[in-house]
Amino acid sequence: MNLTLKIWRQEGPNDSGRLVTYKVSDITDDMSFLEMLDVLNEQLTAQGEEPVAFDSDCREGICGMCGLMISGQAHGPEVTTTCQLHMRSFKDGDTITVEPWRAEAFPVVRDLVVDRSAFDRIIQSGGFISVNTGAAPEANNLPVAKPKADRAFDAATCIGCGACVAACPNASGMLFLGAKITHLSELPQGQSQRDARVVSMVNQHDHEGFGGCTNIGECSAACPKEIPLDVISTLNSDFRKAKQA
Amino acid sequence: MTDTQTQDLPGGDMFTVGEPIADTKAPGGPIEQMWTTAKFDNKLVNPANRRKLSVIIVGTGLAGASAAATLGEAGYHVKSFCYQDSPRRAHSIAAQGGINAAKNYNDDGDSTYRLFYDTVKGGDYRSRETNVYRLAEVSTNIIDQCVAQGVPFARDYGGLLDNRSFGGVQVARTFYARGQTGQQLLIGAYQAMERQVAAGTVEQFTRHEMLELIVVKGKARGIIARDMVTGEIETHLADAVVLASGGYGNVFFLSTNAMGCNVTATWRAHRKGAYFGNPCYTQIHPTCIPVSGDHQSKLTLMSESLRNDGRIWVPKRREDCDKDPRDIAEEDRDYYLERIYPAFGNLVPRDIASRQAKYMCDEGRGVGPMVGDFRRGVYLDFSDALSRMTREQIDAKYGNLFDMYQRITGEDPRVVPMRIYPAVHYTMGGLWVDYDLETNIPGLYAAGEANFSDHGANRLGASSLMQCLADGYFVLPNTIRNYLASGPYEPVSEDAPEVVEARQSVESRISTLLSINGERSVDSFHKELGNIMWEYCGMERTEEGLRKAIDLIRALKDEFWRNVRVLGSADTLNQSLEKAGRVADFLELGELMCIDALHRRESCGGHFRAESQTEDGEALRHDEEFAYVAAWEFGGEGGAPVLHKEDLVYNFIELKQRSYK
Repeated sequence: MNLTLKIWRQEGPNDSGRLVTYKVSDITDDMSFLEMLDVLNEQLTAQGEEPVAFDSDCREGICGMCGLMISGQAHGPEVTTTCQLHMRSFKDGDTITVEPWRAEAFPVVRDLVVDRSAFDRIIQSGGFISVNTGAAPEANNLPVAKPKADRAFDAATCIGCGACVAACPNASGMLFLGAKITHLSELPQGQSQRDARVVSMVNQHDHEGFGGCTNIGECSAACPKEIPLDVISTLNSDFRKAKQA
Repeated sequence: MTDTQTQDLPGGDMFTVGEPIADTKAPGGPIEQMWTTAKFDNKLVNPANRRKLSVIIVGTGLAGASAAATLGEAGYHVKSFCYQDSPRRAHSIAAQGGINAAKNYNDDGDSTYRLFYDTVKGGDYRSRETNVYRLAEVSTNIIDQCVAQGVPFARDYGGLLDNRSFGGVQVARTFYARGQTGQQLLIGAYQAMERQVAAGTVEQFTRHEMLELIVVKGKARGIIARDMVTGEIETHLADAVVLASGGYGNVFFLSTNAMGCNVTATWRAHRKGAYFGNPCYTQIHPTCIPVSGDHQSKLTLMSESLRNDGRIWVPKRREDCDKDPRDIAEEDRDYYLERIYPAFGNLVPRDIASRQAKYMCDEGRGVGPMVGDFRRGVYLDFSDALSRMTREQIDAKYGNLFDMYQRITGEDPRVVPMRIYPAVHYTMGGLWVDYDLETNIPGLYAAGEANFSDHGANRLGASSLMQCLADGYFVLPNTIRNYLASGPYEPVSEDAPEVVEARQSVESRISTLLSINGERSVDSFHKELGNIMWEYCGMERTEEGLRKAIDLIRALKDEFWRNVRVLGSADTLNQSLEKAGRVADFLELGELMCIDALHRRESCGGHFRAESQTEDGEALRHDEEFAYVAAWEFGGEGGAPVLHKEDLVYNFIELKQRSYK
């Protein structure tokens, strides 16, 4: 198929950036979206124009490194990561707009690459259980009821891609934050730091410039790992309890 | 060694033979006591002195992140580097199946000794006994540590940890978190590391790539790294350096590795004198989604568990290969694994399943799209299983895998047989290390997939995660302190000649790459190298093929440095430049892999040497000639590499031939 691409080009953080139109041809259904961009980049290199910078790594839907706004949707029209979006989701002659994640807390580095280190700083502020290596008790000494273990697991599948932030009109990171809070709060190991964790992580989230949650639900709808919206309820409930404590 | 002896070895015209080497660090005595003895004998570092000692760790996968967290907790000053935007993206995250540990929770006869035995046997007796025993010994601690961190392993209804068996092992010792065990373990290690970042013991450098090792007075003292955002070339000095930078499967271009996985950190260390152990040992995984066209960038693994219910076949006649498989009658199908290996059928080990699939395609009986001159795929058919089980039952077992396959190929394997083909998955070779995980350069350590020691010629399922975490949480923190106890080492100045030289070599390499301005893209070189490697140094190797590959690689390397086109500048984010440096190193590594494969004239693990097979076509090892580690020393620019042999001594396990007929 032949496609028209409108791609965000921005040389660096201080450049104002613009959409540039490119044509690609001979795109097949079984290419991933990123392979289609590889084809474009080979074409640009041959023409002597610098290739489009974009992030990707595992290309099998788990590392969370890829993230593109494709015609206004985070990761594109399917509920998956950009690397697992295939060109059969598009038609010959389509015009596709490709932009980076847009959020104050995710500054653009170059072209389609953004800086998501704010997520690391949120984890640093309390997204862990404090246990030194070698200090762990025998694993089966602390049973975890299966429903709790399963809910913790569902929340723990967050890949930190940032689609939730990109999809949210407020650029809120509450789904990411709620997922980590829920993962650790459901487990007995996570209880001793539960209150301190949520207060510290919420403060860091706000400090980074992410917006507040107004329950629109776009985050969960766009999440490639289908993290449920109710992790935000757990986050809110834990935060309220911690403030009252 | 005399020249005669060199010439006696296959491919002896390609290398020279140096002094034999040996691991001198494993303590004597019973193997059960060695690790306890070593931990006691290793010198201690007073907590107040630890903050004066610094360690650089390159890579933030399971080995690197767990080592950074643990050394940070101990109070050392750690600098951690990764090329990704966050340490959480390291490729350990993609491991699916599980992690082994000899917990014997099921009382099914498991023990440290049995895990040790299975691992040595699985590695086709080409790993080092003492290291493997320790791996089995610390495996149980890993599960305790990860559970305490909140890793959500699968649990049964009583709330206890669940286990399954994996990869032909007869006990249930694999702990798992659905099909995302690697992700969950990595997030655990990452969180432990981020806790230390907050505590100030670990300094984190993301989007940084190590481009050179600094060796001063024979000791590893730091690295030269490029800030991949600003392009700045930075010097980082420390008392010791740990490389936990993963494997090099991407030398084949197409592999199950992440796009960014590369050999640069270990290859730069190799060029500075570190020996490279068994570079030709590559694991080929039989059940991957086949290549669909020339544009393909990456291969995706499908869980091997599919072979429990799927039947593998190709058409008996070549002319049927482009037919819809549903129109090919039962009597026109060749269920070749069931035919050749009636006892194991579709469940033969990875190397055999892979090799037979290749033979079928080489014969012209492959299926799926034509890629080049070949159809590279065989059917994995669930129609029998679907007539035996309900759709709900089969979906409960494999539904998520079927969905993943459908997303990538656009075909529903419940309706049309799935297509699979082998792919490069894991590399067992890596930097040579001793019992302390120290390379032959003092102060330089290698952990996880970056070292060679534990998997021999093959890696069993669910053992790579175990090795990475064993190294990072338990082994390295205990062995490196013995080295650090003699520190802090004399401060190194940024103006020291060795540092200046390392920095200048990086800068000149970058400016050369940017100035060639040839005709061909970096990817086109990488793909061509990958084709050569797959064709001649993949599943099946011959002397003739390997010699041809070496010539082709040398010519390609030469062309690369004359004709590569890298656009843009050095002082911005420049992904072509990043790739160019890595491909340049892959070209050199590829040549060494072929030389290593050429000299090892035996079939072993996933490496099948056509000249060494039994009468009925099975892999034939030659223990009397090749029961050694090949540790290669860099022979200088354009020079022949030097082979140092470490004899593998088996005091506790008897060497046996594998048989699956």
